[in-house]
Amino acid sequence: MSTIAAIATPLALGGVSMIRISGSGAFSIAERVFLPISGEKLSDKAGYTACYGNFVGNTGETVDDGIALVFHAPHSYTGEDVVELSCHGGVCITREILRLVLDAGASLAEPGEFSKRAFLNGKMSLTQAEGVIDLIHSKSMQAARSAHSQMDGALYRRISGMKEALLAIAGHLSAWADYPEEDLEEVESSDLLGQLSALQRESKKLLATFDSGKLLREGVETVLVGKPNVGKSTLMNLLSGAEKSIVTSIAGTTRDVVEETVQLGDVLLRLADTAGIHETDDVVEQVGVKRAIDRIETAGLVLAEFDYTLPLSEEDKQLTEVLEKQEVPVLALLHKTDLAGQMDEEYLRAHYPNLVMTSKDDPESLTRIEEAVTRLLHLTGFDPSQGILANERQRGCAVLADRAIGEAVDALQAGMTLDAVDLSVEEALDALLTLTGERVTEAVVDQVFHNFCVGK
Amino acid sequence: MNYELGSYDVAVIGAGHAGVEAALAASRLGTKTVLFTLSLDAIANMPCNPSIGGTAKGHLVREIDALGGEMGKAADATFLQSRMLNRGKGPAVHSLRVQADRRAYHHYMKRVLEHEPNLEIKQAEVVDVGFDDEGCLNRVYTKLGACYHVGAAIICTGTYQRAMIHVGELSYESGPDSSLPSVGLTDKLKEYGITIRRFKTGTPARVHRRSIDFSKLEKQDGDNPITPFSFGTKGELKNQMSCYIGYTNERTHQVIRDNLDRSPIYSGRIHGIGPRYCPSFEDKVVRFADKPRHQLFIEPMGLDTEEIYLQGMSSSLPEDVQLAFLRTIEGLEHVEMMRNAYAIEYDCDDPQELLPTLAFKKIPGLYGAGQFNGTSGYEEAAAQGLIAGINAAHFVQGKEPLVLDRASSYIGTLIDDLVVKGCSDPYRMMTSRSEYRLILRQDNADQRLTPIGHELGLIDDARYADYLEKQRLIQEELDRLRHTTISPQEGLNALLVSRETSAMTTGQRAAELLRRPQLSYADLKPYDPTAPDLPREVTEQAEIEIKYEGYIAKQYAQVAEMRRMEGKKLPSMDYADIRGLRLEAIEKLNKVQPLNIGQASRISGVSPADVSVLLIWLEQHEKEERHD
Repeated sequence: MSTIAAIATPLALGGVSMIRISGSGAFSIAERVFLPISGEKLSDKAGYTACYGNFVGNTGETVDDGIALVFHAPHSYTGEDVVELSCHGGVCITREILRLVLDAGASLAEPGEFSKRAFLNGKMSLTQAEGVIDLIHSKSMQAARSAHSQMDGALYRRISGMKEALLAIAGHLSAWADYPEEDLEEVESSDLLGQLSALQRESKKLLATFDSGKLLREGVETVLVGKPNVGKSTLMNLLSGAEKSIVTSIAGTTRDVVEETVQLGDVLLRLADTAGIHETDDVVEQVGVKRAIDRIETAGLVLAEFDYTLPLSEEDKQLTEVLEKQEVPVLALLHKTDLAGQMDEEYLRAHYPNLVMTSKDDPESLTRIEEAVTRLLHLTGFDPSQGILANERQRGCAVLADRAIGEAVDALQAGMTLDAVDLSVEEALDALLTLTGERVTEAVVDQVFHNFCVGK
Repeated sequence: MNYELGSYDVAVIGAGHAGVEAALAASRLGTKTVLFTLSLDAIANMPCNPSIGGTAKGHLVREIDALGGEMGKAADATFLQSRMLNRGKGPAVHSLRVQADRRAYHHYMKRVLEHEPNLEIKQAEVVDVGFDDEGCLNRVYTKLGACYHVGAAIICTGTYQRAMIHVGELSYESGPDSSLPSVGLTDKLKEYGITIRRFKTGTPARVHRRSIDFSKLEKQDGDNPITPFSFGTKGELKNQMSCYIGYTNERTHQVIRDNLDRSPIYSGRIHGIGPRYCPSFEDKVVRFADKPRHQLFIEPMGLDTEEIYLQGMSSSLPEDVQLAFLRTIEGLEHVEMMRNAYAIEYDCDDPQELLPTLAFKKIPGLYGAGQFNGTSGYEEAAAQGLIAGINAAHFVQGKEPLVLDRASSYIGTLIDDLVVKGCSDPYRMMTSRSEYRLILRQDNADQRLTPIGHELGLIDDARYADYLEKQRLIQEELDRLRHTTISPQEGLNALLVSRETSAMTTGQRAAELLRRPQLSYADLKPYDPTAPDLPREVTEQAEIEIKYEGYIAKQYAQVAEMRRMEGKKLPSMDYADIRGLRLEAIEKLNKVQPLNIGQASRISGVSPADVSVLLIWLEQHEKEERHD
């Protein structure tokens, strides 16, 4: 296999960046870019040891200084020879060193390729690999917790529960079909329907955890809207604790979409501050308004800001009309409630079932917003350590299982013969077993002999 | 002192249900065939229950018949009572089962064999085989010293190899029904590198009819009308005898519990692995201690005998205990035991050492079939015998082997399970073993296999013409049902409402109506003026095709995916060379040497993650091959 390399730390300003090189050529390639001060060869060094040295460019000039950490196959993350080069951060220098590594013969790693090699070399199971990938990508604390619990088997246990229930049904159906002459308990359609309906509820719950889990892991696309100068940028800064928008009192300062991620309690909000939605002749602003509307259409949450000190305006009504056409959850924020009010509060309460009063100086404002957002995103009472579906592959299996259970329920209700119902039950079982690596026919046959006294 | 006594294309060793089908197939395909049996009087013997078919086994018999085998015809000719099991549970699990006349079945098969032009039958015990310079099988030796040159041999030795019978504290060397055991062949096979294992099975007592009080038992009658096993059987069939059902009770179970120390299994003298699906009665009592009663079936052995078979009462307890527990059963209080129950241990191979053709991977020209391959049951044996017979003949003739995949048949599923997954206890066919059971129905076995049987030369032109005509009628009727509109009618609406389904307000296609689970073809016919008079097997196919259309389409999609994975061929290799496979997977893959990814994915111990590794490896391997 080829030797691959990539920048392993986020490409951003930071103290230190790391470039990982993995493959049989890892040492020879690293040695061409990195010269240890001690003069020793990287390949001679023991595993898990580091040395200090210089990064040198194509003409021999020193680009940076840093550390090389050495791993010998199979005792590395990927199971191959690995060198990790740490340099002094900075996007330009890190990229420069990566380029030198690529020039020396490494090929650029594709996304997830280190983990894929780790998996191919038997360093981790597929589920573990997927968990690790999610761990790398998780940004919020809770996402990290849920990624851990998945590796520990909370998801496995939850799926096991459903699997056992399906297996019991399939086993009974199978014994009943394969041993018609034994005095086994008859399979009653009504009992079966009850059991399958319970399973259907459980599978819907399992699927819902995926959406909740995804919110925690990837964050929620959140759009801030309101007429210009309503205090959006001030609020955003309150949330993020950093002045990323230019806050002024001249309407229309925020002309484009500004993005920022903020942690609101357990939830990661990917905030986009927009130009206000209002009619304008300013060409630059028109573009901004259109982008704001586009953004709302794809958002996961909208925070609509209103100014308590001003009367309800045409623009507020226009915004309300736009929002009422969307399916996205909307939280209305009535700002500056510490000042004298002119706003038509009744109008807002009629159009916005979710409304929170805020003011710059009230420390409770943030708590109220947090509670409302958690409720709106259906995260109240959601505990990721109960096992959540962490990625698309797992979700795909759960969707298949859910669909097959639904088909079994439909077939039963329509009065289909149980041989057909049984196929859907086994299909659901098969989908869940795929997640844990078992096989359906053996599992069912074992179940028959374990639980039923059959045979002559 | 050995002597040469001639040469044959194919030698079949053993004339049980596997051997009979193997010998008939090989000889009918034009190879000069010899069939060896320990006793001419034991040809196609049924040492356990004289019953053919049952769940999934009935499917096998119909498939054997559709492919050109003999078992279905023999059962139709000699049955005493016939029933279609699982009526009402859906067409996938309908299974035909007959109680056969044991002696009549033996005579029927013996005569068929005797009349086969390319076939010679010899009463002799084969004790060794020989090889040519390349390690291909080319000779068989009998106990008397005869050497026959052969092109291929099929081992169908059933439960006879080093057979050991256990009854209570006593064990002795014997084949079933007090026949001679066969000793020597499996020791030789071990020397040649074949793995030999020890399995066990058992059979219940036979009792005298006059000693049973039938008034205390439930009577069980056969079907009317009867569905024959063979697609070629014409004319009306009739039941000749009834079966009965009885129940054990707490007293019966107490006798068992009091005497467990006298059981050879519970005292540890039997080491063979018994079948889970065919437990001895003492097993049932011990494992399911909560069950207040167990069923037993009282079944006739034949028209010309008073012997009665007690299905469900297999045991290896001593004779006195057997009699004691039988006499606690209502209706059997004064039972006279004619043959006692016993357990039997025997040598068998490990089917994972076989190819899907049933040839040994290590020895070209040597095949295994039947109970010797670790299965149980006459039907499983006959199915393998048929395939081994065809493949041995093709091997000698230099033709392509016949491999039926899982989606084609229960026969294919059975063989795939055996050679890929192996078996750790005697293997019984079950409908739940087939993932494609809604398309592998007993009613459409001809559709699936008769064209293959005809192409092989085992189905004659006349029968094939009948088959084609039936298919034409089915297609015609399907077209008609899909295009005929039924108008709302008072009688039909009343029927629909009485079946708790909605009444019609506008005209509907007949097929649409038939799709409703509540309405059968026969229900609809009086309201369907253009419906022609068609044979039941034709309308049955049309009805199932329509009623289960969605499921059938889905199963065909699954089949296509399965065949795609079967198409990814794996070379023979050392799997330790592939990095990323788990140790357990490497061991299993090296043992089975799967022919393709589909097979590999079915081996226990090979996880989906291992399959991903194999797929990635295969891709890289193919890329490298292209570069080279």
